[in-house]
Amino acid sequence: MSQIFNRSANQIARFSLVGGALAVGLVAWLGLLLMRSDFVTGANANVTQPVQFSHAHHVGGLGIDCRYCHTTVDSARFANIPPTKTCMNCHSQIWLTSSYLEPVRESFRTGQSLVWNRVHDLPDFVYFNHSVHVKKGVGCETCHGRIDQMAGIYQASSLQMEWCITCHRAPEQFLRPREAVYQMGYHPAGDQLTIGRDLVKKYDVKSLTSCSTCHR
Amino acid sequence: MRDIDLSAIRARLAKQDGTGQTGPAFWRSLDEVAETPEFAAMLHREFPEGASEFTDPAGRRDFLRLMGASIALAGAAACTRQPTEHIVPYVKAPEDLVPGKPLFFATAMPFAGTAVPVLVESHMGRPTKIEPNPEHPFTHGGTDLFAQASVLELYDPDRSQTVMGKGEIRPWSELSLALTSAGAGQKGAGGGGLRILSGAVTSPTLAAQIQGLLTAMPQAKWIQYEAIGNDNARAGSKLAFGDYLEPVYRLDQADVILSLDADLLDAGAGKLRYARDFATRRQVVPGQTAMNRLYVAESSPSNTGSKSDHRLSLKAREIPALAGAIAAGLGVAGAAGQAPASATAFATEVVKDLQAHRGRALVVAGERQPAAVHALAHAMNAALGSVGTTVVYTQTPQANPGEGFAGLRDLVNEMNAGTVAVLVILGANPVFTAPSDLKFASAMGKVPLSVHLGLHRDETAAHSQWHVPETHYLETWSDARTGDGTVTVCQPLIEPMYECRSAHELVAALSGEIKTPLEIVQGFWKANWDGRSASAGAGGAFGKLTDTTGVDFATFEKFWRRVLHDGFVPGTAFAPKPVALAAGAVAAAPAAAAVSPASSGVVPNSSDTSVGGLEVTFHADPSVYDGRFANNGWLQELPKPFDKVCWDNVAYISPRTAEQLGVGERKPVVYGVEVYLANLTVNGHTLQVPLWIMPGQPDGSIALHLGYGRTHAGRIGNGLGYNANFFRYSSTPWVLQGASLTLLDQIYNVACTQGHFQMENRALIRVGTRTQFEHDPTFAQHMAHVPKPDESMYAPWKYEGHAWGMAIDLNSCNGCNACVVACVAENNIPVVGKLQVMKGREMHWLRIDRYWEGSPDAPSVHFQPVACQQCENAPCEVVCPVGATVHSDEGLNDMVYNRCVGTRYCSHNCPYKVRRFNFLLYADWDTPTLKMQRNPDVTVRSRGVMEKCTYCVQRINTARQQAKIEDRKIKDGEIVTACEAACPTQAIVFGDLNDKNSRVAKAHADPRSYGLLAELNTRPRTTYLAAVRNPNTALTPEPAGPATGGHH
Repeated sequence: MSQIFNRSANQIARFSLVGGALAVGLVAWLGLLLMRSDFVTGANANVTQPVQFSHAHHVGGLGIDCRYCHTTVDSARFANIPPTKTCMNCHSQIWLTSSYLEPVRESFRTGQSLVWNRVHDLPDFVYFNHSVHVKKGVGCETCHGRIDQMAGIYQASSLQMEWCITCHRAPEQFLRPREAVYQMGYHPAGDQLTIGRDLVKKYDVKSLTSCSTCHR
Repeated sequence: MRDIDLSAIRARLAKQDGTGQTGPAFWRSLDEVAETPEFAAMLHREFPEGASEFTDPAGRRDFLRLMGASIALAGAAACTRQPTEHIVPYVKAPEDLVPGKPLFFATAMPFAGTAVPVLVESHMGRPTKIEPNPEHPFTHGGTDLFAQASVLELYDPDRSQTVMGKGEIRPWSELSLALTSAGAGQKGAGGGGLRILSGAVTSPTLAAQIQGLLTAMPQAKWIQYEAIGNDNARAGSKLAFGDYLEPVYRLDQADVILSLDADLLDAGAGKLRYARDFATRRQVVPGQTAMNRLYVAESSPSNTGSKSDHRLSLKAREIPALAGAIAAGLGVAGAAGQAPASATAFATEVVKDLQAHRGRALVVAGERQPAAVHALAHAMNAALGSVGTTVVYTQTPQANPGEGFAGLRDLVNEMNAGTVAVLVILGANPVFTAPSDLKFASAMGKVPLSVHLGLHRDETAAHSQWHVPETHYLETWSDARTGDGTVTVCQPLIEPMYECRSAHELVAALSGEIKTPLEIVQGFWKANWDGRSASAGAGGAFGKLTDTTGVDFATFEKFWRRVLHDGFVPGTAFAPKPVALAAGAVAAAPAAAAVSPASSGVVPNSSDTSVGGLEVTFHADPSVYDGRFANNGWLQELPKPFDKVCWDNVAYISPRTAEQLGVGERKPVVYGVEVYLANLTVNGHTLQVPLWIMPGQPDGSIALHLGYGRTHAGRIGNGLGYNANFFRYSSTPWVLQGASLTLLDQIYNVACTQGHFQMENRALIRVGTRTQFEHDPTFAQHMAHVPKPDESMYAPWKYEGHAWGMAIDLNSCNGCNACVVACVAENNIPVVGKLQVMKGREMHWLRIDRYWEGSPDAPSVHFQPVACQQCENAPCEVVCPVGATVHSDEGLNDMVYNRCVGTRYCSHNCPYKVRRFNFLLYADWDTPTLKMQRNPDVTVRSRGVMEKCTYCVQRINTARQQAKIEDRKIKDGEIVTACEAACPTQAIVFGDLNDKNSRVAKAHADPRSYGLLAELNTRPRTTYLAAVRNPNTALTPEPAGPATGGHH
């Protein structure tokens, strides 16, 4: 009886051994790539809102401070989404007849809240606090990106734990002086690491990486 | 069938001298002492048999098929992105409300003739947690388990939601009209047919409203009824002083206390204050070892008895004689009595000790004892010169004091006679709670118009023509008095969730007024705040009120804001009244005391499974009280202090009575989950009760707990336990004689946690006497060999910032369970149900271990709260394969739910058995009202996840963030864990061990401090302070050896 496999089949066996390992690696790599992709993290995708509020116009154009609307960003864990009343502070006087703003006026008239779609949605087992980050010199821009250039609103970072922990392990890479926290387009006046290390000391920034810092 | 030999158990427990086989010094259950094979098997299992197995009838292939499908679906589900969440801001934001930051409002929980002052935590308008009000002048903080659980009562999905008329949903307007016209109709007849029945009311506003009604209709009557009230105490004060007076004890002044069947520390209007004052007088440090001494004679084990230095278990009917003998010994004129034979030495020594502490001694009688004994107690206090020092007498905080059973009996007679035309029941459930001889339900059927106001559509609602859902105290305006008379104006935390009405509105409707509760309550105080009006009536007239510093309030608005903010109206505590013993007060007492204990001994029947001549005593259930909390899952699942049974009531008998019954020969109890049923017969009526052998129960006496056997409680409370009201008669509501028990050949399953999570009897409880403490303050530290910190392979942890720790003082803890419920409320701990508890799957992060010491006939009791000890060398951390439990940089053993894959290795390796596993999806993710209760700062856990005590890490983080924002350090006492806050005795202290001046660091440095199982080199961060007792050496000879607690 002749051999079923001729000698060249050994090549196929060798190739498939290496190829198999490579394939597993490739699938794993693709998987990891996928998990970090915007498709999964939801980053960089515009979120439709009931009123297409433009941060580019209000922040970039008019120069309204973040805290005019996000009132509790420096005092509470939640930065606060402004009540309709805050919109009406100005829009009871300007753009009175704009059909674009009808949902806002309707909300104010009827007492029914505007229902916004959440842009930055952390998992329910993560407890994030805005105020303490602001206090320690983490700029709005550091996580939220150039809000002043966003006509629509989107999430600029992955919000994955890997991303959080980059800063929690080495905050000096990202800190800025407290005066510049609300500033958009901030550039460090010198070497970020030198400034960052000074700020870590000055603001008594602890590198908190215990699980219970965020999970409880 | 297998033997459990009680005489062998006694022998084992008696042999403590090291000769031959010795039994344990501290034990949890009779099975443990008997060392039954079932118990040994249980001890070596992580969970009871069946708890960690998949026991559904499905076979292996079905299982694999299901799992395959589940995994495929779970995998697919994991690929989806999070669903879009919405943010719904206010249209106009309310002032002070910051999303994510809770607000606290002061109010009070009215409860059975008293009130618990509380602060309520509110998240975005949802009350989620009850905290104590530390500024309250009477309680100074501390809450009880009922207050802690009351927030679940608010969100109970079984609450009544609509007005019902004759079984149909009706609008409130229709009832309001019916009430107003009935009120108007009655007015003509002077109110002759109008009867109002309420629980014990302390609200000055409601009292004034009803008094106003009664003034307009002089023939109408207001009856107050509490199933568990202090009627005998009131009758006793009338006997002694000729008036209804309330004794207010000052335990901080008392050196020697005698309790005659009184659960002073865990029942009654003053319990929070008394527990606190009692604990402060038992703080010992080297060089300062003055302690109070507590003698207790009681008819069933109580929390107060557990703290006593000398505890005598006596049948309830023997206590009057003991009281008479002691009173005679103290020279109370007219007192006489012969102490029972077992109590003569006790009586002699108590008399000596009380006399040696004249003016610093106190005698207290309990509600189970007849009025004569209360009168005797008052006379003894007078004879000891204690009136004015350890006890003062004030008017009663109850607006309508009376002797409820008599009042209720008259009402039933009137209803049967057909003279009651309108019956309005305010928040009471007499059809369930009234003594059975009154047959309240059938009498109610003869009333043409009956209206019931209640939180639930309960038994009384089922027999009423109209039922109105009652507003929960967290939903409405009202006011209430604490034990000393201090008024709290109760404010609502949330709009009424359903179509509810308060008692205020119902009474107003009866007077033809339609007013909101705010208008009514505020109206009352507008008329009374500045002393202009003297029309407060039964509410008690208030003089001119000033703030706590004695300054007048400028305007009503200022007064109103201040009292709402502080949670009490300053200066409304009752002034002590001068008292004089009425002539003949005590002459009446010996008559009651003359009930000879010798005349009714235990009569063994001819059959060996039946015993007659027994006494029955009735007790409030430690968890569900008189049944009003029957539908509260937190309280149902709470193991009761002594039997550790949940979801049931059992009948306590003593070990000797059990032997007489023959239980000893054939008790097949498997690890405390099976008990025998017996027929309890009194006066020809028979009820089946599960028998529970209770160490320390007097021989020949059966203790029954009220509050079970509900039929209209709701989905949780229906059909649990037996109804002890069956045997309750209005003439003998507390003690019944001539009962007989017949053992049945039937087994009943109970969910009992006394054997769960055992720690194999090492030196867990450490207790010494005052003499031993004076001799060697560090006695507790010599009971086990604790390795030095460097005897470990692992490098020590370093803490640059904080290092959290806890200390629990066993000298203070009286096992009241408030901390356990507080932990459940704070940490979103689910209720698992009776079947799951029977499998050992209860989820409580904090448990209270109860240990007996000594013989099963007269044991001492010790309570030990055990939660995660947050070990420095944590056995759990090293075995987790996925790093789901890891050490934090502040010393906590963090539990990371999102990493946990449910191997349960950590739980197996935990020597303290404090980890809890979600075997099933226990958290209710669907019921909308229950979701409202959840603490938003704590993750709601899902199935397959391990969990445990976190030292309330959410509170730590909140305090840390707040301190950082304010650029300061965290202050000692700023972080208060839920258990610590709830504790009325301040037994629990939490803080930073790195701060040498913190309370917890000082407690850890205390000579009494010891670590639980520290000999395993786990280096627990929670330490315990050993208990120190102060026995009278004349009664207990000082032990020759070192303090008990373990083997070195």
